[in-house]
Amino acid sequence: MIEVKDLHKSFGDAHILKGITTSFEKGKTNLIIGQSGSGKTVFLKCLLGLFEYEEGSISYDGKIFSKLSPNEKRALRAEIGMVFQGSALFDSMTIAENVMFPLRMFTKQSKSEMEDRVNVVLNRVNLPDAHKKMPSEASGGMQKRVAIARAIVNNPKYLFCDEPNSGLDPKTAIVIDNLIQEITDEFNIITVINSHDMNSVMEIGEKIVFLKDGLKAWEGSNKTIFKTDNEVVTDFVYSSNLFKKVRKMYLEESD
Amino acid sequence: MIYLHNIGTYFIMIKDIFRRPTKWSVMKPLILKDIDDLIIGSLGIVAFISFFVGGVVAIQTSLNMTSPLMPKYLVGFATRQSIILEFAPTFISIIMAGKVGSFITSSIGTMRVTEQIDALEVMGINAINYLVFPKFIALTLYPFVISIAMFLGILGGLVACVYGGYGTMEDYIEGVKMDFIPFHFIYAFVKTFVFAFLLATIPSYYGYFMKGGALEVGKASTTSFVWTSVMIILVNFLLTSLLLG
Repeated sequence: MIEVKDLHKSFGDAHILKGITTSFEKGKTNLIIGQSGSGKTVFLKCLLGLFEYEEGSISYDGKIFSKLSPNEKRALRAEIGMVFQGSALFDSMTIAENVMFPLRMFTKQSKSEMEDRVNVVLNRVNLPDAHKKMPSEASGGMQKRVAIARAIVNNPKYLFCDEPNSGLDPKTAIVIDNLIQEITDEFNIITVINSHDMNSVMEIGEKIVFLKDGLKAWEGSNKTIFKTDNEVVTDFVYSSNLFKKVRKMYLEESD
Repeated sequence: MIYLHNIGTYFIMIKDIFRRPTKWSVMKPLILKDIDDLIIGSLGIVAFISFFVGGVVAIQTSLNMTSPLMPKYLVGFATRQSIILEFAPTFISIIMAGKVGSFITSSIGTMRVTEQIDALEVMGINAINYLVFPKFIALTLYPFVISIAMFLGILGGLVACVYGGYGTMEDYIEGVKMDFIPFHFIYAFVKTFVFAFLLATIPSYYGYFMKGGALEVGKASTTSFVWTSVMIILVNFLLTSLLLG
């Protein structure tokens, strides 16, 4: 479990995170949602240890990140997989080399063992023939799948995704969402996704944390989000007429 | 205050270049790629510029030797001194600040913009070592480039002198060999090593710590070129005062 307690983060005078407390459980897809500027990305980067925070704590399975030694932090980072918004594939490497990269860095596997593992994960993300392509030759959806393959190749315990659907068409976005959820179930990992995609919220939000102005405004799941009376959440999630109608239909059906 | 902060960050970066080294099996291909990009890829432009500037130095020297009392071999002597002492180590380094420096800044800066550096950091990799150390090692071969620049500069002077009708080959070669001081080579290569270090680290600093998008990558490349050139000129002055003064 990842536990966050009273997390505060500022940049100069700007107080971005104002005391967030939440937890993310194993085997669940956890979504952090909120408007642009609500502090989602800063929160995610604090979780990843890319930003230092002033107050509060983040613990990974009981290990408080800020109290770990540099070696322990490195060992923990090897257990983290990350899918960046823009995929962040290394553009000087082929797709297979990108996926193999964490294995080359952190394991002592032989070349054939690494190649076998790369084949397994590229097959898992439905890219069995993409090994020799360069990232620039791949579509946005393919790049996201490669990024997911790279994130899971070293069997991480924790998977973080920053806006995995941004810039993708609705059909590809659903493929990516489903892939992330399947991987979470299959490998029994903790997945934390930063998103403002409402389809993702409805489809895979087993736990949802809603941030507003650096505070946790609501916490629940894709089941409870339909029933919430919290105006801050309903204003954001049901801002479009389509989602208003979907919610109305859901509530009528459940009555 | 901002300058102090930048200088401090630069020196911390230099310390980080040598901290927590990346696995050799990963580092080796990076070094070879950087040797290809930074050293081999620069030979053409360096050779072209050196040859023709050497020729121009010889022609200018010859045209300005108006007194009949001045021996003709002075053309070779002056060309050799200009090329070895200043043109090859310093002038070529400023050209390399433009060519290699902006390549380093823009390639690292683009990795920053596209979150590739964040990806390295999330994996627990020392991104500064991973990115800058191969460039630093590749640029230890920079004296090889400067040696070629020296040879071709002097050769360009010879060709211009002989085929331009400014003097004979014998006079020119006599001038090149005259009063040769080996310490001048040591001075030139000490400068070259220091400039190589500046060429590897200042552009890397501007690429690594840049913020923003594509436009800022361009701005960072320009700023990196300006500061690398300024530092080369200042360090050149300092080293000349220390070693020859």
